[in-house]
Amino acid sequence: MTQNLVVIGAGMASGRALEELFKRSPDAYNVTLFGAEPRGNYNRIMLSPVLSGEKTYEEIVTHDADWYAENGVTTRFSEAVTGIDRERKVVISSGGETPYDKLIIATGSNPFIIPMPGHDLPGVISYRDLDDTNAMIEAAGKPGAKAVVIGGGLLGLEAAAGLALRGMDVTVVHLMGHLMERQLDEAAGYLLRKELVGRGIKVLCSSNSKEIYGDGKVEGLRLDNGTELPCDLLVMAVGIRPNIALAKEAGLAVGRGIHIDDQCITSDESILSVGECVEHNGAVFGLVAPIFDMAKVLAATLVDEAAAYTPKEVATKLKVTGCDLFSAGDFADGDDREDIVFRDPSRGVYKRLVLKDDKLLGAVMYGDTADGNWFFQMIQDGTDVSEMRDTLIFGPAFQGGSPVDPMAAVAALPDDAEICGCNGVSKGDIIAAILDGATDLGAVRAVTKASGSCGTCTGLVEQVLSTTLGDDFVMPAAQPMCGCTDMTHEDVRRMIKSKKLTTMPAVFQELGWKTSCGCHVCRPALNFYLLADWPVEYQDDPQSRFINERKHANIQKDGTYSVVPRMWGGMTTPNELRAIADAAEKYNVPTVHVTGGQRIDLLGVKGEDLPKIWADLNAAGMVSGHAYAKGLRTVKTCVGKDHCRFGTQDSTGLGIQLEKHLWGSWTPHKVKLAVSGCPRNCAEATCKDIGVVCVDSGYQVGVAGAAGMDVKETERLVDVATEEEVIEHVTAFMQLYRENAKYLDRPYKWVAKVGLDWVKERVVDDAESRKALCERFALSQSIYQKDPWAELATPETEKAYSPIATLNLEAAE
Amino acid sequence: MTATWIEIGALKDIPVRGARVVKTAQGCVAVFRTGDDEVFALDDACPHKQGPLSQGIVHGRKVTCPLHNWVISFESGEAQGADEGSVNTYDVRVEDGRLLLDATNLMGRSAA
Repeated sequence: MTQNLVVIGAGMASGRALEELFKRSPDAYNVTLFGAEPRGNYNRIMLSPVLSGEKTYEEIVTHDADWYAENGVTTRFSEAVTGIDRERKVVISSGGETPYDKLIIATGSNPFIIPMPGHDLPGVISYRDLDDTNAMIEAAGKPGAKAVVIGGGLLGLEAAAGLALRGMDVTVVHLMGHLMERQLDEAAGYLLRKELVGRGIKVLCSSNSKEIYGDGKVEGLRLDNGTELPCDLLVMAVGIRPNIALAKEAGLAVGRGIHIDDQCITSDESILSVGECVEHNGAVFGLVAPIFDMAKVLAATLVDEAAAYTPKEVATKLKVTGCDLFSAGDFADGDDREDIVFRDPSRGVYKRLVLKDDKLLGAVMYGDTADGNWFFQMIQDGTDVSEMRDTLIFGPAFQGGSPVDPMAAVAALPDDAEICGCNGVSKGDIIAAILDGATDLGAVRAVTKASGSCGTCTGLVEQVLSTTLGDDFVMPAAQPMCGCTDMTHEDVRRMIKSKKLTTMPAVFQELGWKTSCGCHVCRPALNFYLLADWPVEYQDDPQSRFINERKHANIQKDGTYSVVPRMWGGMTTPNELRAIADAAEKYNVPTVHVTGGQRIDLLGVKGEDLPKIWADLNAAGMVSGHAYAKGLRTVKTCVGKDHCRFGTQDSTGLGIQLEKHLWGSWTPHKVKLAVSGCPRNCAEATCKDIGVVCVDSGYQVGVAGAAGMDVKETERLVDVATEEEVIEHVTAFMQLYRENAKYLDRPYKWVAKVGLDWVKERVVDDAESRKALCERFALSQSIYQKDPWAELATPETEKAYSPIATLNLEAAE
Repeated sequence: MTATWIEIGALKDIPVRGARVVKTAQGCVAVFRTGDDEVFALDDACPHKQGPLSQGIVHGRKVTCPLHNWVISFESGEAQGADEGSVNTYDVRVEDGRLLLDATNLMGRSAA
C-alpha cells in the first residue's frame, strides 16, 4: 500500500524536496501539503524585484495549482498545524487529524522582531512573505511617505532599494559599522553605501534603535542618541530565527534549529526536516543553495537511496538592480592571510582576494563581478594559485595569456564549476543538457533549473550555450534594432555616445553591422541618433531619411505630396490666406484641408512642383510647417485673455514663443504641443506630447500625453509662474527626450520607460541640469533650425525633383 | 533582340543611394545609384500598390518602397521576404560618367 507523506510548510525547501522526490519516484507516496500562507510555493528570493516593481507575483510562482494537481498533492493551504502526535503518527490541524507514515517538517523561519517598545504598533512589519511585500507596496503608494528600515543586511537593503524605487523617502538604520558586514568588508561596504546614498537612500551605520513611537500606529523611530526618524512604515529586517515551535512541542531534539543528521532525519526516524528550520552540525541556514542541496538529500532518503548532506561554501549576490556585488568564502583579516586588492575608483570597482597558504580563502567584489564564479570555484576546490598569483585578480581571461574575451572566461571553467549557485548546477550539467537537445536558455532552464531562481547567472548560462553550440547559438538580445545588427536601439545609442561615433560608416564598422550600408529601419534611426548626439560633428544624410523628410512634404498614396505651411501658434493673416489660395489654384491642388493642429494642408501636389510652390509660399513670409517630420510639429493654442472672457494668460503669445523656439528641431518621433488659456482647455493641451494649461497663478506644464493609437492624459511636469520658466522647462524636456528616447518612441512611451520621476530629477529638480539641457538644445538649433523650403526652393532642386529624361517613342538608332 | 542604348543623363545627376525617374510611354522607370556607384533600373511602381520606388531608401542592392516598406531587389526586381510580386528590370550602364539605358522594351509599338 502506498505510504502517506505529510509535509508541513509550503515554501521553497519543501517545494524543491517534492520535485526531487517526484523525479525519483512519482508514486511512492500519497502527499498532503500544509501551508500557512493562502497560496502555494513561490520564489521567495524574487520578492525584491516584486517590491521594486520589476516583476509581478505571477512571474515568481514556482508551483501553481496545476502543478499540485498533476502530481497528486493534496493541498491544505491556510490551515495551521497545531500539533504532532508521534505516538499515533498523526498531524493535528483545524481540519482534524491526518495520519502519516513519513512526515517532513519544513516550517522555515520567522523574522526576528527586536522586542523594543512599540514593536507591536501597526505599520511595523518584517520582510518575509508576499503579504509583507504587498503591505510595503501599499505604504509606498501614499505620496511623500517615509520608511525606516532597521537592518543593513541583504534583506534590509533589498527592501530599502525597492521602497526607494517606489518613491518612498527611505532611511536605513544599521547597528554595525558598515553595511552587509557578514558578506562585505569595509571597503566594499563603503562603495555600496555610496551607491545607495546616490539613489537618495539615507544610511545610518553604528546606530542603535531605542524605541518605536506612535499613537495607535507607527510614527517614527527613536535612536539611543535621541535622534528621531519620523516614518509611516517601519521594516524590521534584522535576521531570522528557525521556526521550531512545532518540533519542540512534539519532543524532537532541537537546538537553535531542529537537529537533523546527514540524511535530513530528525531524532524521530519517521520525521525528516529541511530548510531554514533545521540545524545541521551546529549550523543554521538562510541562503537557498545549501537548502536545495539538502532537499535533494531528503528526497533520496525518502526513497531509500544513499545520500548525505555536506556543507559547502556559499556565495552571495545582492539583488538590487545596478548594485553589482559578490562575496564568497572567508575574508576576515588575519596574520596568516594575504590580500590582493584591485581598485578603480572612478569606475567604482573594488576587488579583494584573501589568500592563505597559496589558496584562495575568500573573495569580495564590487562594481565588476563577472569573475565571481571563477573565484568561487577556486575557493571550493582549494586550487593552488601560486603559479597565477600575479594575474589572479584580473580573472580567468588573463590566465595563460589568452585574450580578453568574455567567452574565454566561461570556456576556461572546468566542467564541475558551479554556474547556478541557487540550484547547484555545474557547467558539466548544462553542457550535458545542451548535448541532449536543450539548445536555448528556456530549455536549459527547464531541464537543469540553471538560472531559474534568482536569475543572476542567466548571462553565464547563455555563454555556456554559446561556447558549446558555437555558431548554432545566437545570443538572444532584447529586440535588436533590425536585421543588420543584434544590438538594441538602447545599446547602439549608448555606443554612439561612449565611443564617440560621429559618422554612419563608423557605426557600421565599430558595431559590426552585418550589411554594407544598413537598411530602411536602422538608417533613419542612426541618422537621428547621430545628429542629436553629435550636432556639430555629424553631417545629416538625406538619403537615410524617409522620403517625407527628404522632400519636406508628405507622400500620398498616389505618389503626390501634401504641403503644409507653418502658422505660428495657429495664427494666420488675410495675406497668408490669400497666398495659400493663390498657390492652390496655380498648382491645381485638388484638396485643401484644415488640420487638427490648426494648419492648412494642400494635398495632391506633384513632386516636381514642390520647389515652386515653396518659393511662392516663402515669398508671402511662410516657412515649412514640418508636418512630415519626426520633429516639432505644431503648437496649438486658444485665443487666450486678449479675447476670451475666461482666459487667464496670453496663451496665443506663449504658444507662438514656444513654436519659434522649438521649430526645426528633429526628435525621435513627432512632437505636438498645445497651450490652453484656462482649464476649460480649448486647445486640448492635456492630450499632447507637451501641453501647457494657463491658470490665474501661472502655468501648468504637462508632458507625455497621447491622442493617437493610445489616448492618455498628460502628467504634470511642473507648475511655474512665468512664461520664461515654461519655455525653459519645455526646452529641457525636449532635449532630454532627444538625447535619450528610442527612435519612433513618442514622449509618452519614453516617459513610461524611464519614469516621470527620472525626468523630473533632470528637468525640474536640478537647475544646473536643466540649464545644460537648454544649452545643448540651443547648440543643436544653431545648426538645424532653418527653413528647408527656403534652402530647396531653387532651380537645381526643381531639376533634381523632375525626371532625368523623357524617352520619346522613337528609337535613338 | 539587340540592345538599344539611350543616353539618359550623367551618373552625378543621381544622388548616392538615391534614384531619378525616366518618363516613358510604358510608365516611369526608376534609375538607382547604390553606395558603390552601381546603377540599376526598375519600373517605378511597387508590385504591391504602385508606390514610387524611386522615392524609397536604397540599401545594398535593394530599395524599400516608401508607401508600405516592401523591399525590392535591384537584380531580380522581386519583392524580398514574405512579400510576393516583381517589377520589370532594365539594363542600364555607365560609360564615361554617362548613363545609358537599354530602351528595347520601353519603346512601344511605334519603335523603329
